[in-house]
Amino acid sequence: MSTTPDSKTTTTATDSSRHELRQRLGGLIGSDVGIVPVLIALVVLIIYFQIRSSVFLSADNVTNLFIQGVAFILLGMGETWLLLLGEIDLSLGWVAGLSGSMAAIFTNVQFGWPWPLAFLAALAACTAIGATWGFIVVRLKLPSFIVTLAGSFIVEGLLLYILDHVFEGGTAPVENNVLSNLTNGSLTPTFTWIFVVAVVAGSAAIMIVRERARRVAGLVVAPLYRIVVKLVALAVLGTVMAILFNSNRGTFVPIEGMPFAVPLIFGILAVYSFLLSRTKFGRYMYAIGGNTEAARRAGIPVNRYRIYAFMLGGFTAGVGGLFYVSRLGGYSSSSTDSTLVLYAVAAAVIGGTSLYGGRGKMINPVVGGIILAVIYNGLVLTQVSPPMEFVVIGVVLLGAVTVDSLARRSQTLLK
Amino acid sequence: MSESVTSDRGNAGAVTGSGMGVDPSMLLSLRGISKNFGAVQALRHVDLDVPAGQVTALIGDNGAGKSTLIKAIAGIWEPSSGEKYWLGQRVDTHTPRDATNLGIATVYQDLALCDNLDIVANMYLGFEATKHDILDEITMELRTRQTLKELSVSTVQSVRQLVGSLSGGQRQAIAVARAVMRDAKLVIMDEPTAALGVTQTAQVLELITTLASRDIAVLLISHNLTDVFQVADRIAVMYLGNLVSSGPKSNYDMSSAVDLITSGTTTRAA
Repeated sequence: MSTTPDSKTTTTATDSSRHELRQRLGGLIGSDVGIVPVLIALVVLIIYFQIRSSVFLSADNVTNLFIQGVAFILLGMGETWLLLLGEIDLSLGWVAGLSGSMAAIFTNVQFGWPWPLAFLAALAACTAIGATWGFIVVRLKLPSFIVTLAGSFIVEGLLLYILDHVFEGGTAPVENNVLSNLTNGSLTPTFTWIFVVAVVAGSAAIMIVRERARRVAGLVVAPLYRIVVKLVALAVLGTVMAILFNSNRGTFVPIEGMPFAVPLIFGILAVYSFLLSRTKFGRYMYAIGGNTEAARRAGIPVNRYRIYAFMLGGFTAGVGGLFYVSRLGGYSSSSTDSTLVLYAVAAAVIGGTSLYGGRGKMINPVVGGIILAVIYNGLVLTQVSPPMEFVVIGVVLLGAVTVDSLARRSQTLLK
Repeated sequence: MSESVTSDRGNAGAVTGSGMGVDPSMLLSLRGISKNFGAVQALRHVDLDVPAGQVTALIGDNGAGKSTLIKAIAGIWEPSSGEKYWLGQRVDTHTPRDATNLGIATVYQDLALCDNLDIVANMYLGFEATKHDILDEITMELRTRQTLKELSVSTVQSVRQLVGSLSGGQRQAIAVARAVMRDAKLVIMDEPTAALGVTQTAQVLELITTLASRDIAVLLISHNLTDVFQVADRIAVMYLGNLVSSGPKSNYDMSSAVDLITSGTTTRAA
């Protein structure tokens, strides 16, 4: 991380004071200042809903909220791979449904596959679908918007056909324990604490080792307090979550502990973030999204990476589908959710990913997904009618994109 | 050094591919390079010598074939006929990678930089240093700072700045530094000062001179004859696909250069 540079340009008084605030904020948290408005919005929303409905922050509801948000987060992560390249995949919602249905069907008594095989088949199918769209986009040079829009209809049709023909009544119930436990099972309270401690300790170790290596090499090092602030924030967040999840949220039987979904999603987040920020693969993704021609001239196989992005998007949506069907308890032809993919895009964008490519991190859809889950959950709790839910989500999305865009515009101008 | 100042249109006879007249002390020699795109003849039997440690300016009007010649050297277009020689040896550059492997680096007019990545990432784009498949940020950052210092690029505050926040001259400097860092022996620059103001132009011209002093050959395309006469050691003039004249700068002056550009011939002696 570099020290923030001084402003070289002459600016107006208001620009300078805004820039100074940004400098100080940037000094505090480092690289991504744009995420701050989003986090503030999240806190504001939480406070608002807690005031309106006192059960909002109860252990039971928060757990529910996370589980609801899992689909948004995972699909948002899948969509992020594509958004980074300036592409989009509108079929991810149905791909997720297909994946979940396949997993449910194959583990069902009728087929009786062991869950690893069923999951593998489902994820392989999703990845293959993604590869197909990628291939079409690259070879025929068609816009991904149209290809995946057409693709979403195709996948939807396929999914409904499968559901209607495999089961009577067109419903695929979840019968397998593992599949069900993805969202219904939890870590024990002890393991919850172990997980939180491991994450904080691990992050601390990584950050410290990295900064030390930089200092030894004689490079500019971030001030120590920045690491401390981040670790303290992480520890506080982890502790709050552990306490919340460990408190009994069951009514008849005690239910305690962090849902499996949380560490699983954290694991995926860690792997994807590592890929994006620490490997050539991730670097090339950003390069292609930032300036495709420059990437091509540097010798990067642009077409191949585009297809990889579609495959990763499909795969991640497939994982999201497993969680989705786990939460619903099954998938039926009436689980029509053509808006799911739009929530995925919204999650990524609200968190700060650019639609034009070249900018975004895997943490963005996580934050965005949580915001969407908070809104969704909060609106239901405060008994807002479904039509108004849509209006609110739309307004929030518009607001988030506007604030984010303004924040970043001033950043590049005054840097 | 084989040099000639011809004042007639077209080169005297295409040289057959036996390497006749190719001086092995010349870094790059082109003989009889032609390129047509369908019916359009973009290059006609171009002979050109580019020596190391000197700045060769390639001038000519729009459509004279300068960019096409550059792209033929850099491996983007395959010439329809003709040969290329590197230090007297026959070579072929079928792809941009071939050219890079030889030691040819091209700085295009649009610079080919990624605005969303920082300076270090751009410098190493496509050639990243890794340790166990993880990006070796420390090595890359150290080398970047070293290269920028060697080239006296001092106006850049931090190598972790996003390239999108740099000025035009700084971006140009980064693009050139990228070439130098890859141990380029020949740096081709396409209109480097076209979009720059006075100060930034001076910075870039100084950079070009620094390159030449490091025994790197610079092939410079420019419309700006003032810049050319300030920084070039040799001048080569293209007219309608032909290389009509080449030689040391002392053989030319403003008026004869303009004549050659606009009509392919000059009656003036410099």
